[in-house]
Amino acid sequence: MAAYPQQAALSRREFWTLSLSGLAAFFGLWSAIALSGITPPLFLPTPWAVVERMMELTTQPFAGYTIQEHLISSVGRYLMGFGLAVSVGIPLGLAMGWFRGLDAAITPLLEAVRFVAPIAWVPFAALWFGTGIGGPTLIIFTGAFPPALINAYRGARFVEPRLIEAARTLGAGNWRIIVEVLLPASVPSIVAGLRISAGLGWQSLIGAELIVASSGIGYLMVKGQSNISTTTVMSGMIAIGVVGVVIDVLLRRLQSRIETKRLGKGSAQD
Amino acid sequence: MSKIEFRKLSRRFERDGKSFPALEDIDLEVQEEEFVAIVGPSGCGKTTCLRLAAGLEFPSSGTVSVGGQEVRGPGPDRAVVFQQFALFPWKSVWQNIEFGLKSKGLGAEERSSRIAKQIEMMGLQGYETAFPHQLSGGMQQRVAIARAYVLDPVVLLMDEPFGALDAQTRTVMQEELVRLARVNPRTVLFITHAVEEAVYLADRVVVMTRRPGRIREIIDVKSVRAKEGWDRFEKIEEVMDQESFVHLRTSIWKLLREEQV
Repeated sequence: MAAYPQQAALSRREFWTLSLSGLAAFFGLWSAIALSGITPPLFLPTPWAVVERMMELTTQPFAGYTIQEHLISSVGRYLMGFGLAVSVGIPLGLAMGWFRGLDAAITPLLEAVRFVAPIAWVPFAALWFGTGIGGPTLIIFTGAFPPALINAYRGARFVEPRLIEAARTLGAGNWRIIVEVLLPASVPSIVAGLRISAGLGWQSLIGAELIVASSGIGYLMVKGQSNISTTTVMSGMIAIGVVGVVIDVLLRRLQSRIETKRLGKGSAQD
Repeated sequence: MSKIEFRKLSRRFERDGKSFPALEDIDLEVQEEEFVAIVGPSGCGKTTCLRLAAGLEFPSSGTVSVGGQEVRGPGPDRAVVFQQFALFPWKSVWQNIEFGLKSKGLGAEERSSRIAKQIEMMGLQGYETAFPHQLSGGMQQRVAIARAYVLDPVVLLMDEPFGALDAQTRTVMQEELVRLARVNPRTVLFITHAVEEAVYLADRVVVMTRRPGRIREIIDVKSVRAKEGWDRFEKIEEVMDQESFVHLRTSIWKLLREEQV
């Protein structure tokens, strides 16, 4: 510990002081540049101009809706795409972790496809599923699906072999091994995957809405851009960041709750 | 009819394109309700013998049969007790014991009554809803033994079941197993590296050579036990004090020592 004072644990108070100072420094610098006059206000609006615009957007519809309505529409699409990704990705990942043939058949394809950024799917998503619900859902799906699948797969592959052997000697078939052994053993890995999946899905959603859809935060930002309203664009960016943090905090809570429940504190895990 | 039969069995392992013999020429029959212990130097393939009977591995040549059927894969007719217990950490004691019964397609009532009986037999009352991590090593191994016994298997395969326990718990569990064998005799194949344990528990002790594992000698403990009346003792230390016990233990030790050059 003494050799690396940088590694010493921070007290709660130190942590908050430093976090808040970081934020304060960021907004201070932003305000200073905006006020200095080196950039025109349109190029970099001041933080309070953005806040003012956000308040306005909560009462005055822009691009058809208020900012809350845009957010609700985005979150709805997001939940559909994310839900679909999870409900296909987890079972498929577990099955691939158990059936070697399925693994061999799907993995090479998936390895290549997952490098295609969700936004690259926009033309086909719009062509195949339209710009209403289907298209954006597909784009979120392409973002959220790989981590959901890969983490379920890894979880299933790294289950302690003796637990699988125990299940086999107790007469369990494929189905029971997947549902009663691989799935519960993979829960920590799956939940970690959900956090990544949720984050990537949320990022892809905004990308999708920049191009397709007729409501949502991304759409609001596109309209802000074409109206040369930089404060509107920044309001959208802030809303995205805040919702992203909320999603991550919720999933992190879920994760730590599952971990404490499974392992118990200070337990002697065989 | 013998319950477990290894016939002309050998097993080779492939590594880096080379083939290594692990077991050679194993011929062994375990009779109905007989308790056979296999001892041998580490790496002699004794655990492989058990895994072959369990159907977790397959012989390179020769056959293993259990209850007259050639072994083709794992199944609940051959319950296994593992050294590291291998309990499902996310299942309660009750659910762990229930796991194999579900594979047998028994109804809920039949399952409950069997589990309750087994829990009582293993002294696990009051722990039904506990999870494995809340139990001591000895208690965990009781659950693992209950999970195997409850299936009413044709044979019980035990792979160094007490190897991970401390010395005192180990003694208690050995006595427990002897008690269980008196109440409810089973056909048991028991793997261990502890000579004393083998002599105390088994009817016959199989001594293996070092790699590749062959059967060096089979020692009949049962006849000595019957002649000297070990069964009248309740405690392991009373048996261990018998001259005949010491004699058997020492002669097995010598055999093993010769293998450990």
